[in-house]
Amino acid sequence: MASLKELKTRIASVKATQKITKAMQMVAAAKLRRAQEAAVAARPYAHRLDAVVANLAGAMAGRDDAPLLLSGTGRDDVHLLVVCTAERGLCGGFNSSIVRLAREHIASLLAAGKTVKILTVGKKGADALKREHGNRMIDRIELRGVKTVGFDIAVDLGKRIVDLYEAGEFDVCTLFYSEFQSVIQQIPTAKQLLPVKVDAPAAATETDYEFEPDEAEILETMLPRYVSVTLFSALLENAAGEMGAKMTAMDNATRNAGEMIDRLSITYNRTRQAKITTELVEIISGAEVL
Amino acid sequence: MATFKFELVSPERLILSIDADQVDLPGSEGDFGVLAGHAPFLTTLKTGIVTVKAGGVSSRIYVRGGFADVNASGLSVLAEKAVPEAEFDPAVAASEVAAAEAVLAEAKNEEAKDRAIAALDQAKTAIAALA
Repeated sequence: MASLKELKTRIASVKATQKITKAMQMVAAAKLRRAQEAAVAARPYAHRLDAVVANLAGAMAGRDDAPLLLSGTGRDDVHLLVVCTAERGLCGGFNSSIVRLAREHIASLLAAGKTVKILTVGKKGADALKREHGNRMIDRIELRGVKTVGFDIAVDLGKRIVDLYEAGEFDVCTLFYSEFQSVIQQIPTAKQLLPVKVDAPAAATETDYEFEPDEAEILETMLPRYVSVTLFSALLENAAGEMGAKMTAMDNATRNAGEMIDRLSITYNRTRQAKITTELVEIISGAEVL
Repeated sequence: MATFKFELVSPERLILSIDADQVDLPGSEGDFGVLAGHAPFLTTLKTGIVTVKAGGVSSRIYVRGGFADVNASGLSVLAEKAVPEAEFDPAVAASEVAAAEAVLAEAKNEEAKDRAIAALDQAKTAIAALA
């Protein structure tokens, strides 16, 4: 049985932890709201661009002057995996679920005899993949100092990936991130980034579209931007998801700490009572002897 | 006068969504105006000024790296950067010129260099028009 003093320090320490997790939960809640707003605000652009690219790609289908980013290199040997995770931990299974999905993907690609290259965005993913696949990592990008994810970050990243692609460094690029569904649900997702794979063009495709300059040229300038926008929305979804996961994790931690405090307090009170009783019994029997 | 839906979006947010009477845009193949009932049309935009006329009020917006998509549901402009005239100040102008110069400095071949010089010129012209 722990002594009263030990119990007391334990309770104090758990209380301190609870205060920290509570504060972290509130910070995450505030940041979540902002991240969610940013993700929602970015949606119109992404949707429009999706529609336009789908439209254009539809018009380009079957033509052999399609840009490289759309048609692909024609090979499927070297895969680049862009793994986007959070910069910080303490957000439940958020990072590990993304990494797990990436790992499964890597394993299946390696089993199929492909070459895998990895580019990580965010510290946690890099740390988790470093040991197993360190030799496959071409670079790790950290966004530690970044407060809010701006479009310029996505542009730089997109440019880098497109440059690598055009230099023939890889054939297929897949993006790993977590799709933000709700505060309690984030779905780790793998999305093919390059060659650009568009969903089936909208049903209401207008056939008499006029293009200026022609389709191929528009696509030439639009596709790198499409890549950047896809990366940007992935980063925003990730930011919102991280905060959601952190909020849930910290809420759980706060609740667990509360339960622990309750349990420890009961033990503390029982021990104290037992001690007082023992002391009383000692006094009374001492008095009886006199 | 018939109006149509005009939307200006940047990657970060929806900047403007109004019913406009007329919008003049700097297309890469030449400036053009859009009125209600325009034929479906998709073009890239130069760096320049978009003029929006709605309800007798005309406003100007600086855009860079954009596309214009005219279809039955209206006109949407997707711009990498869009700054309304009222918010445009020398600091923004300087950053725009710096961005264009950075592209020029990075240009590897003649073709890219020509394009970057053209973009820099466009930015300077647009900024001069707003100043």
